[in-house]
Amino acid sequence: MGPFVPDLITDQLNLVVALAVGFLFGFVLEQAGFSSSRRLVGVFYGYDLTVLRVFFTAAVTAAVGILLLAAGGLLDLKAIFVNPTWLWPAIAGGAIMGLGFLLGGFCPGTSVCAAAIGKVDAMAFLGGSVLGVFAYAELFPRFAGFADSSALGPALVPDALGISAGLFVLLLAAAAIAAFAVGGIVERKVAGAAAPSSAFPRRLHVASAALLLAVAGLAAALPDRKARLVAKVSAPGYAPHHLVRPMSPDELAFRIVDGDHRLRVVDLRGEAARAARPLPGAVSVPADDVLGREWRDVFARRMVQKVVVAPTEEEARTAAFLLVETGFENLAYLAGGFPAFERTILTPGAPAGEPRFAPVVERFRTEARAALAERARLEKEAGTPAPRKAKKVQGGC
Amino acid sequence: MNDRPMNPYLAGVLLGLVLLLTVFVTGRGLGASGATKSVVVAAVGAAAPEHAAANPFYAKLVGPGHENPLKAWLVFEVAGVLLGAFVSGLGAGRLKVGTERGPRVSVRGRLLFAAAGGALFGAGAQLARGCTSGAALSGMAVLSVAGFVTMLAIFGTGFAFAWFTRGLWLPGKAKR
Repeated sequence: MGPFVPDLITDQLNLVVALAVGFLFGFVLEQAGFSSSRRLVGVFYGYDLTVLRVFFTAAVTAAVGILLLAAGGLLDLKAIFVNPTWLWPAIAGGAIMGLGFLLGGFCPGTSVCAAAIGKVDAMAFLGGSVLGVFAYAELFPRFAGFADSSALGPALVPDALGISAGLFVLLLAAAAIAAFAVGGIVERKVAGAAAPSSAFPRRLHVASAALLLAVAGLAAALPDRKARLVAKVSAPGYAPHHLVRPMSPDELAFRIVDGDHRLRVVDLRGEAARAARPLPGAVSVPADDVLGREWRDVFARRMVQKVVVAPTEEEARTAAFLLVETGFENLAYLAGGFPAFERTILTPGAPAGEPRFAPVVERFRTEARAALAERARLEKEAGTPAPRKAKKVQGGC
Repeated sequence: MNDRPMNPYLAGVLLGLVLLLTVFVTGRGLGASGATKSVVVAAVGAAAPEHAAANPFYAKLVGPGHENPLKAWLVFEVAGVLLGAFVSGLGAGRLKVGTERGPRVSVRGRLLFAAAGGALFGAGAQLARGCTSGAALSGMAVLSVAGFVTMLAIFGTGFAFAWFTRGLWLPGKAKR
């Protein structure tokens, strides 16, 4: 599952990856004709809309691809870099860049391409951008307050609009196609036969637009991976391909007290419930995040039985099934949910069942209760371990 | 503009796939202006370390406890861009030293305006935390608010003020 940085690809190797994807980036930009400033600024005057076409198509393609990879379980959206928003600095900075585009005829990426093929104006643009960054840096302490104002964090547009990412990308694709259609009409009006769009194969483009809408529609309609897996394991007749067994409260209590190092308790209960009735040695995992990368090393130990504890047996079983579906094995779940454990082990009282064993069972449970309380007390004294955090990719300019 | 570039939609799909590959493998997007920043920070850090330490803009990236700012992902990526564009231009027969300018601008004027535009772009990209590639394109791909806001601000301003800079780019047919 991507991304492969930082787990599979080290920071050093990542620099080689950077060189390689940069090569492809530069090659495609130059092939698109982005090494010409007059073609680039044509978008602002209507005589050449190459920038609109390439830029918008690239954004939609990448957005659709990211959604499809995520739906297929190949890309972890929680781990990828989302550039954080500083709203007013983004607007002001964008406006300054827009003016820079009109005067300079390039943006930084395209100026590198144009400089690479010998355009002197692009070299002047690059020199100017060094001066611009230097001037900004020197003046930075005066407006550092503004630069860090209106911080929204890694905000996403679909969340802000209250719609799903899939629907938003579908709308974006439709908006792109509409913009291309209108843009083509404008371009041919302004530039006539010299307009790039006057030479386009019309039928092929209409077919490509339909294909794009179909793929974006598919991305919008696909349920996300977790929803799909939950539906699969909740369906009647589902059988996991590795044994997932229920564990009785007595067995769980015995193995915890026994210090069984081939057992790991995975506690899905909320913080309040955990604090009130702690399970010693348990790793606490948020109930909606069992498939998160940060717990993988816990579940990946095949010789250790992972027993899932949740408020209800059904929740625990579903979580265990989900883990089996994503490739883990040797899983169990607490039978009867945590209330069963609380009732039988943590509450004094005569056990149900075969009366002749009752005294033995009751003695075991009393001892287990005391031992669990002692272990919990020791753990509390030792302090809570630092919460696990998913490694997140750092990015941005 | 006598040479015909690749079909723009095909180029767009390819560019989108390069961006997708980058996100899939590294978890981050493409960029450009960050490399300029690294160059400036490295230069100031080497020439005037005390000055760099006193300014939070530099101090975040250079000085004791920091790696060389030139050993940055975007510096290597932009080196790749330079190579890739060179190879593309070589293949297409577009390698030529020269200045491309509008019909009403002198070479000197074009270079001055290009440098001024570069300066604005460099400064604006610092404020917006990225340029057309790093903030707008890569941001739009991951559906970030910053990506869409930056894109709209760049192109909205471009359209709004294009009339004032028409002398730099358009032939002056209205003048006699």
